[in-house]
Amino acid sequence: MIDRGTPRALIGAPIRRVEDHRLLTGRGRYVADVVLPGMLQAAFLRSLHAHARILSVHRAAAQLLPGVTAIATWDDLRDHARPIRAASRMTGYHATDFPPLAADKVRYVGEAIAVVAADTRYAAEDAVDRIGVDYEPLEPVGDPRTAMDDRGPLLHEAIGTNVLLTRAFSQGDVDTAFAGPAVVVGDRFWFHRHAAVAIENRACLADYEAGSGLLTLWSSTQVPGMIREALAEILGIPAHCIRVVAPDVGGGFGMKSALYPEEVTLCALSRRLGRPVKWVGDRREDLMTSTQAWDEQVEAELAVNPDGTIRGLRAKVIADVGAYSVHPWTASIEVIQVISFLPGPYRVPHYRGEAWGVATNKAPMGPYRGVGRPVSTFVMEALLDRAARRLGMDPVAMRRANLIRPEQIPYRSPSGIVWDSANFAETLERACQVAGYETLRADQRRDPSARRLTGVGVATYVELTGVGSAIPASPGADIATGTEGATVRVDPAGTVTAAFGLACHGQGHETSLAQVVAQELGVHLADVRVIHGDTGAGPVGSGTYASRSAVIGGGAAILASRAVREKALLIAAHRLEADVRDLELAGGVASVRGAPDRSLSLREIARCAYGGVKRLPKGMEPGLESTRFYDPYVGTASSATHIAMVEVDLDLCSVAVRRYVVVEDCGRLINPMIVEGQAIGGVAQGLGAALLEEIVYDGGGQLLTGSLMDYLVPSAAEMPTVEVTHLEHPSPSTLGGFKGAGEGGTIGAPGAIANAVADALAPLGIEIVELPITPERLFQLLPRA
Amino acid sequence: MSDTVLVRFTVNGQARQGHCEPRKLLVDFLREDLGLTGTHVGCEHGICGACTILIDGEAARSCLMFAVQADGAELGTVEGLMSDGKLHPLQEAFHEHHALQCGFCTPGMLLTALDLLRTNPEPTEAEIREGLAAVLCRCTGYEGIVKAVAAAAGTLRDAAETAPALLRRHPAP
Repeated sequence: MIDRGTPRALIGAPIRRVEDHRLLTGRGRYVADVVLPGMLQAAFLRSLHAHARILSVHRAAAQLLPGVTAIATWDDLRDHARPIRAASRMTGYHATDFPPLAADKVRYVGEAIAVVAADTRYAAEDAVDRIGVDYEPLEPVGDPRTAMDDRGPLLHEAIGTNVLLTRAFSQGDVDTAFAGPAVVVGDRFWFHRHAAVAIENRACLADYEAGSGLLTLWSSTQVPGMIREALAEILGIPAHCIRVVAPDVGGGFGMKSALYPEEVTLCALSRRLGRPVKWVGDRREDLMTSTQAWDEQVEAELAVNPDGTIRGLRAKVIADVGAYSVHPWTASIEVIQVISFLPGPYRVPHYRGEAWGVATNKAPMGPYRGVGRPVSTFVMEALLDRAARRLGMDPVAMRRANLIRPEQIPYRSPSGIVWDSANFAETLERACQVAGYETLRADQRRDPSARRLTGVGVATYVELTGVGSAIPASPGADIATGTEGATVRVDPAGTVTAAFGLACHGQGHETSLAQVVAQELGVHLADVRVIHGDTGAGPVGSGTYASRSAVIGGGAAILASRAVREKALLIAAHRLEADVRDLELAGGVASVRGAPDRSLSLREIARCAYGGVKRLPKGMEPGLESTRFYDPYVGTASSATHIAMVEVDLDLCSVAVRRYVVVEDCGRLINPMIVEGQAIGGVAQGLGAALLEEIVYDGGGQLLTGSLMDYLVPSAAEMPTVEVTHLEHPSPSTLGGFKGAGEGGTIGAPGAIANAVADALAPLGIEIVELPITPERLFQLLPRA
Repeated sequence: MSDTVLVRFTVNGQARQGHCEPRKLLVDFLREDLGLTGTHVGCEHGICGACTILIDGEAARSCLMFAVQADGAELGTVEGLMSDGKLHPLQEAFHEHHALQCGFCTPGMLLTALDLLRTNPEPTEAEIREGLAAVLCRCTGYEGIVKAVAAAAGTLRDAAETAPALLRRHPAP
């Protein structure tokens, strides 16, 4: 596979992953696999009530069980930890105090009240069953619309309102745009609550060494750097005495990018007990307590001219953010993205988007793949299809009339985001070509008497990836999301270690970043080892989220590799008595161009580098490594068009996706095989969001979807083949020309599938306003026989 | 709950034994008592399939069984798939077709696929999708997995003699 003769070809090659061998042979090392001497196992007692005051906790019976070492509530830990608080300078935002174990009140079913540490998980769970809690139930808050007026119960009395944030963007004079000859379409859309469902549940293992004062936390997290910073503040332990390790992580999808109460609790408990303590969550805990996603009600209207061009767009978005504002993203992370990205890749001269984030008695809302943009794309694309239907236009023609044109790039969106690079029309036209759009339309079954209708749905989106320091990933939050570092080190043996603050959870960084380093440095891929996910081993960094690692980590890798290469060539030039401009470094050998016998291997160069000043050019510092940081400053646009063809069975009320086409531009590809895997995996989650998956709470705040029998994620049988095409337009704004590719699949799929279903049901006059389109929802929509 | 029982079975061709509580799940026994952490726990209610192993040659959920129920059985786990230091053709195909990302579902997926190919050596794509619906993957969208299983089916048919013992059904001892 690897052409060792031309290492320049590494970037862009579909190289098979170096991670695979250990994962295929059962030798991966996930948190649950880590065992330390003297380790205790933890289990949590969790609230049965959505909203209640805790009057007392009875632990005597549990404490007597064999194998139980400790039982702790917030009273036992409050001297060792502070509540989690997601601070932000954003106006109109209220942070919440989220104690890692409930202080006096619980605010969602599953909130941790007490922790047990025992010899085994079985013993710990036995003890949890023996702990009694006296609750004073309070009226739960379930509906954010009701909760907004604050006449009912408050979740956080100290804040005085359930509305944790408000924000608005506007451009132009939107109300005037809706007057005159405008054709207006609109509705109240509802993208329901979802869960990330990483197949590895959350888990962590804390080990506080009393002798050295060092705290090590192994955690199934995407953001070890952020967790370390937060723990230092919350636990009052100096940050340089904390090491956070994310070993192999079994999926994250954004859900593992928040600081969780269990992480804080285990650290505090290990410090108190002087022993390592491990917690491995189960699926019920995951569905009850991991951050949940989306759940936005969007009242949106689009005004168009009779020729289909957009006059204006206005929207009010209410997000159900759950009980707490999560660290570090805050409760704003999702809903602000909805109003930021609602205009999509279209020319929208007049726009107003208003957002409210409202607390309810549900598990906290956090980032999940796509963040906001699956919702904004669903709404905008639905509005465009409705307008097209109203005007008798083809949906593709409607988009052609409104997409931002290539000559308008760079384009400043109504919310202030600049699209630096894109050709939206090209993705649309190519997707139509690949899908055979005209044929799909010609073959469409539109007669309801056939009982199986088909429909075609199109969605085009643009997203900002590799976001640099100019645009905070979470507005006002004091977190560094715009930079990453890379340390590239050549050791005296001539092999290369590249360490990152990133933390991989399936993206294949050990392969893709090695490709970047090997190519930029001029060595064989096999001579580069990538280290990530360990704050003790890499440069300062935050982690992997928001489609940033290829762009920001890749950029840092380029800078550090080039610095090492330059130094290696200077040393080689000195040793070979050649002009450095005549040297090249390829395949791990520096040689004089045209005189390959005058050469020095990287090993020989490295031995000089560490061998002392006598072997180096005058004044050169010994060593052969570089740490460099990269900040893309603004970030770069990734975009795509998705086309779905579905079949709707009117008798079974089921939807099957028969064709699925993605044409995406995520810039210069590092490893097309990995990018394609990201796109298809993203589409699978978008398909789940569109048709199957929904977190459901009843009116009392009880979770009705606490198992994988109730929360349905797509299996192989529900997935169609996904046809992916890459348009490789290198980013003009990032080092290497890379654009982010991690989230796009999930952004486009819900909108494309929803439009396809609406298209199929158009002969019946049915519109799709809520996702997922479950058989139950479809049954309710269909006319009764 | 502290009374323990003796459990004896064969894992990947080796006789193994240990004492555990009667309530101990087979998957926990494999992972904690035998150190075979290649088998993963994803839901503990039999849906996700990450814990799938072979029990007397057939794919089964090790989270839905007690260790004592496997007494006397022949078990196969992901750790036993390699032979002579070489990857099994199915593992090779997973590598070649990018059939894994985070790797957490992979052991269950491999053993489920192995059982599928044992009972249906020439599956259609639809049959592969149906057979693999027993295991949930959240990363790949299944496409690489489906391609890998189809490719491995071909390889195994072409070279039946290279298939390791795991693929053949063992008689119960």
